[in-house]
Formats: sequence, C-alpha cells, structure tokens
Amino acid sequence: MTIKRTLFLVAAATFSMSALAWQPSGKVECIAPSDPGGGWDFTCRSAGNVLRDLGLIDGTVQTVNMAGAGGGVAFAHTVSKRSEDDKLIVAASTATTTRLAQKQFPGLNADMVNWVGALGADFGVIAVGKNSEYQDLNQLLAAIKQNPKSVKFAGGSARGGWDHLKVLITARAAGAGQLPSIPYLSYNNGGEAMTQVVGGQVDAFTGDLSEVTGFMASGDLRVLAVLAEERLPGNFAHIPTAKEQGIDAVGPNWRGFYMPKDTSEASKTYWSNTIDTLYASKEWKKVMKANGLIPFHPPAGEFDSFVRQQVQDIEALSREIGLLK
Amino acid sequence: METLGFLMEGFAVALTPYNLMFALLGAFAGTLIGCMPGLGPANGVAILIPLAFTLGLPPETAMILLTSVYAGAMYGGRISSILLNIPGDEPAMMTCLDGYPMARKGRAADALAISAIASFSGGLIGTVGLIMLAPVLAKFALSFGPAEYFALFLLAFATLGGITGKNPMKTVIAATLGIMISTVGIDISTGTQRYTFGVLELYEGIDFILAIVGLFAISELLFFVESRMGRGREKVSVGKLTLSFRELVSTIPTQLRGGVLGFISGVLPGAGASLGSFISYTLEKQVLGKKGKFGEGDIRGVVAPEAGNNGASSGALVPMLTLGVPGSGTTAVLLAMLISLNITPGPLMFTQNADIVWGVIAALLIGNVLLLLLNIPLVGVFVRLLSVPPMYLLPIVTMVAFVGIYSISNSTFDLYFMVAFGVVGYFLRKLEIPVVPIILGLLLGPEMEKNLGHALVLSDGDWGILWASTLAKSFWLVAGLSLLLPYLVGPLLRRRMNAAMQENPVSD
Repeated sequence: MTIKRTLFLVAAATFSMSALAWQPSGKVECIAPSDPGGGWDFTCRSAGNVLRDLGLIDGTVQTVNMAGAGGGVAFAHTVSKRSEDDKLIVAASTATTTRLAQKQFPGLNADMVNWVGALGADFGVIAVGKNSEYQDLNQLLAAIKQNPKSVKFAGGSARGGWDHLKVLITARAAGAGQLPSIPYLSYNNGGEAMTQVVGGQVDAFTGDLSEVTGFMASGDLRVLAVLAEERLPGNFAHIPTAKEQGIDAVGPNWRGFYMPKDTSEASKTYWSNTIDTLYASKEWKKVMKANGLIPFHPPAGEFDSFVRQQVQDIEALSREIGLLK
Repeated sequence: METLGFLMEGFAVALTPYNLMFALLGAFAGTLIGCMPGLGPANGVAILIPLAFTLGLPPETAMILLTSVYAGAMYGGRISSILLNIPGDEPAMMTCLDGYPMARKGRAADALAISAIASFSGGLIGTVGLIMLAPVLAKFALSFGPAEYFALFLLAFATLGGITGKNPMKTVIAATLGIMISTVGIDISTGTQRYTFGVLELYEGIDFILAIVGLFAISELLFFVESRMGRGREKVSVGKLTLSFRELVSTIPTQLRGGVLGFISGVLPGAGASLGSFISYTLEKQVLGKKGKFGEGDIRGVVAPEAGNNGASSGALVPMLTLGVPGSGTTAVLLAMLISLNITPGPLMFTQNADIVWGVIAALLIGNVLLLLLNIPLVGVFVRLLSVPPMYLLPIVTMVAFVGIYSISNSTFDLYFMVAFGVVGYFLRKLEIPVVPIILGLLLGPEMEKNLGHALVLSDGDWGILWASTLAKSFWLVAGLSLLLPYLVGPLLRRRMNAAMQENPVSD
C-alpha cells in the first residue's frame, strides 16, 4: 500500500509538471460490455469525449461495444486476449463486481484486471407508491421484521442482482431475519419495475436514484431513503439517507473503468491519473449533472481496494442468503 | 390538448433534416420492398434493421427509418398487384381483384394514382386513430398487474392462429420453437443460467435481432437465390393518367370506410393488415352491391383494400406501443428493435421516451405525405425498379446484413448464429412452418413466464390470482374465443376469400 501511495505521489508530481513518462500514442479503445445505449456505453462515450476535449489523449477514444454475459464476454476478452494492451480501458460498474462476487464469470475474478478509477455513482433508493401506507424507511422495515413476506419489492435486476441486493443490505442493516423470504420481483429494467409500483401492483421499488427522478418529481413515487453516506447535493437534498434514519446501509452503483493486468506500471499510473484529472474537470462535472451522476471517486490508490472490499461484501451477503454455495 | 403538445414536440424531432432524410429513405426503400413480390413488410423491416446498426443511428432515427419502411411497404404492395396481378405482399392481395382488370383496360396509371391516394387517406386515418387511442390505452395499462399481463400474453398467443394460421399445428410448432429458444440464458426470476453450457456468449440469451435478421432476411436471400436468380421481369408500361377529379371525389366515402375499418382490425391483436384489406373490400362490395362493377376493374375495388391495409398498419402499432404486445408480424419485428434499443414499450415509454414515441408518430404522418409524393409522380421509377435483376440487389442486402449485425456487438459468434437462423428459416419455410410465431414466442415467452412467476409470488402461491380481476377474466374469455373462432368462422372466411380469388385468379 505504502509503495503504491508513494508511486502515486511521484506520478502525480510528474503529472502536474506535465512531463509524462508514458502516454498512449494513436487510437485508444474503450470497451463498453453492452449494446449501444446502456450505462456502460454511456460511460465510454462520454468519458471518451471529455478526454479528447481536454486534450488528455492525443488521438481519439473509440468505443467498442462487446455485449454478452452481463460484461463477462468483455472481461474474459480483456483477461485472455488483451492482457498486455496498455491502450485499452473497459467500462464497469457495481453490476460487474456483483457478478464477479457471485462467480458468474466462470474461472474469472476481480484480481485478474487492474481497477483504474471511478467517475461518479448512482445511489440506490428504496421507494414506494404515493398511496403507500409506509411514510419512512423504519415503518417499512418494521413490517418486514414482523413478517418478511409483508412487503413485496420490484427491481430491474435479476434475482441476486444489484437491485435485489440493495433490499437485502438494507434489511440486514435493520436486523431483519429470513432475508431469502423477502419477495423480490425481477423485471428487465428499472422502468418496468417502477410502472408496477406506481400502478399499485407491487409495494416497493428498489433501484437507482437516476431511475426515479421522473416519478419522484411527478409525485407518483415517494422515495423513503437513498443509500448514500450523506445527503446528496442539489435537487436531491430533500431525500433522507438510510443512515440518518438509523439504518447503516450504503449502496453506490459506481461507474468507472478497469484495464488489463499485465501492462507497464507507467501506463497504469498514467491511466489512474488521467481518470483523476478527468473527474476533477469542469467538463466532467457538467456531464455528471446532465446525467444524474453523484460525486463518487475514491482516490487513485484506493479504488482498487474499494472494489476488492465490495466484491468481498457482496460475496458474503450472497452466501448468507443462499445465492452462493 | 396535452397530446397535441406532445405531437408538436414529435414534429420537432421528425422534421430535423437528418430524421427527415431517413424517413424519405425508409419510405423509398419500403415502397421498393413492398412492390417486390414475396418481400412483405416484416421482411422489409428485418432487412433494414442491420442498416440502422451499420450507420449507428440514434434510437429515434432508427425507429423513424423502420416505421417509414413499414408504411412504405404497405404502399408498395399495390404496384405489382395492379401491374402484374401478383400481390407484392399479403395485404395487397385484395388489390389485385380490381387493380389488374383496370390495368388491362389501359387504366394502370389511374389505378396506381387512386390507390396511392387511398393509401394516404387510410394511413392518415390510422395514424390519427393511433394518436387518439394510444395515450389513453397507455394510461389504462398502468392498472395491469402481473396476472393481467399473463392473461394478455396468453391472449396474444391464442390469436397467433389468426395471424398466420392455415395450419394451426404448424403455428403451434413455430411458437414453441420460439419459446424454447427464449429459455436460453439467465432466468431473471431465479438468477440461474439455463442451457448455456458454460458458453459466455449465451449467458444473456439469444438476441432477437439475430433471430429476426436470420429468419427473415437471410432465409429470404436463400429463397431468392433458389428461385429468382437471374434476369428481372419484363418491363411494364403504365400509360397515361386519365383520372378525373369527379372520380376522385366519388371514392372519398370508400376511403373513409376503408381507413376506419382497417384501423379497427389493426388494433385487434392478431388480425393485422390482411384482414383489414379483406374486410374493407367485402364491406364495400356489400354496401354498393349491384351499383359497382367489382372484379371488373371498379375503382372503388382498388380504393377500399388500400385504405384498409394502410389504416390497419397504423392500428397495429397501438397494442405494440402501449402494451408491448405486437398485433402483427411486422410490429413484432419493430418491438424487438425497440427492446434492443433499450426502450421498454408500455405506459412508461409515453413519458420517459416521449421524444421517440411522438417522433415516430409524427414521422408516420410526414411519411404518409412523402409516400404520396413519391408514389404519384415517381411511380414510374418503382415500376422500372421492379425489373431490376435481383443479382444486383442481393449482394447489397447480404453485405448490409452482415456489417449491421457485426456492428451491434463486434462478435463473429453473432454472425454464425444469424446464418444458422437463416438456414433454419429456409427449411422451416420450405416446410410451410411460418416464422412470425417463432419471433412472437421468442419475444413473449419470457414475458409470460416472468409474469406468471410474479403473480404467484404476489399471491403467495395461489393460482386463483390469475383470473381474480375482471380485466384478467375478460382476457381469458377473449383468448378462449380466439382459440375457438378460427374453427367456426375461419373456414367460412377462407372459402369466401378463395371464391373471390377464383373469380379473378392470381397467378405467379
């Protein structure tokens, strides 16, 4: 850790003098492990644009879509075919770590790549319809504690996926037992799940903040809690966190990048510094604001350990609820 | 009034030069595809999907392109019906009955012109109906829970026979194949993998776009290679336009009746454009009775089916956009495209993707005007294109299909899959097993499974929830009726269609 920190400081110093030891020449590739239009695609394209506009990269950043297995195809590709490519970054998010933790990419794990950095996050929310009897998170959790089947949740991920886990993280933090009995209905995406909650068919919605903004503004959904460390800025300041309601549950869905493992130290340093600079720029702040991303950026040296910790936490939780044997 | 505001925003989207260009391209390509005998609207849209991916079009532009192709194909179908007595696609079958006799009397130009005008008014009526009905139905759809959706999908499957059904057994086989293919990949209700055999590429299931392009476009290519390779058709002359204004005015009631009837039959799940044109034609014959000379080149015999099938094509978009349940084969293909653009049809789409929905609806209105303009002065171009040998066309289509599919996810694996689907589609069609139910099975099977699971979770395992609400009950009732009706009414209807055909035989 200390070596890494020192290296980082040295690198940062060099970076600030803009006398870089290593810089990619020619075309840089950013793999979005999904079809065009999804979150990862957005991460690659918008980061690529800002990198170019800021002149942080000489050439262009080309976004390559490589869908499959929820990011597994791109992960396997990076590990097996591109492990020494220093001009490659791959978009990732909490969905990636969830699948890694649950061993859904056979034979692959989080140690096989180098985690570069995060560019913001979308925080988890628990919401109910406007006519729901639950006014705050504790009322909802009290009902679950009494009878785990009393509140039915709808979310946009598969069973065991990140949206489902957010419910379980929250319920566990509140001391509820029988986590696997809490009913969870999985939909193809957050929108479909929300429609069911707004229509009054299902009790509660679990998803990300950026998904609920429309229905929150129209008053159709009541957001009981955002799963962030502290209250969020701007328009979201009125949403209470789970923490302030006494429930120690945090669920950031970060967006960021990993890169191949066997590249030179110089290129790794270059990339984590570049993502740092990108994150700090005014241009990126604008992108975040326009797309509902919340500040979230562990310092360059700490992102790697953050990811590992998240993988461990999710693995433990998945084991506890019987998703992993 | 709210709707009007949305529509204005839709026009703002559709009228940008970029989108307008693609609407024009789609209208042109659609007309061309429609007038090629054998190539229907579903194939046309399927062939153009890869183009949308090749060009990397944004979602609204891609949808505008494809809906213009859809509308265009409905226009184009009449050209070969009138000139060659070969329907360009199934809905244009009824147009042969009076269109070809008109052409033989030397009034081909008149028939083409009046049918273009009828297509325009049919399309316009249908689109206005869509604008009025869709938002209402979308709001109503909010009250659908898993049990109601399950019953609705059941209804959609029950009406499948109506879409393609000559042989119900073959339809069932096709739909089952589709459902089987759809079970590959992660099962979202349990989070487990099914039939993936550790192959990473299969984890997310088989992309419907691959199946659609393979089953429709690639198998079509194989058919073309087999049967129509070589020289094009003989050139046909169109003659001079002699249509009088009075004659045009006299067909207006027919246009209105045809458009409205077409729209209604389009909205009904499973009925589609063929039924629309058939009903319009028969009704017109009933209404006018002896006053008309149907079958001998009566101008209203051309107007009624054309207004009917264009009205139906807009009507079929209503259940697709509001409920995610396609009313016809082509709308199933459009639905698959929407899903792969990460847009979920249903109530939410009307608020969250308002620019896309209303952009597409506005594009339909604009497309109709474009098509009218294309189809009256430029009809000669299409007639000439009819005689272009397929050997020039096929390589282009093949290239676009491969480049387009590859550009979606840069995977050669997908190309193998597309070709495999093409070959399978070729043999299935040889066996006269329809491919549209496969697509519907692929699209609706997982939804039905998901909603069944959800309904049972909500009711804690009590199956009674599936028919607890009045809405669900009525879906079950209609589903039951749709299963029975083809056996009761079907033979009668088909006998009439055949009788009508025999009076004026359609040859190939």
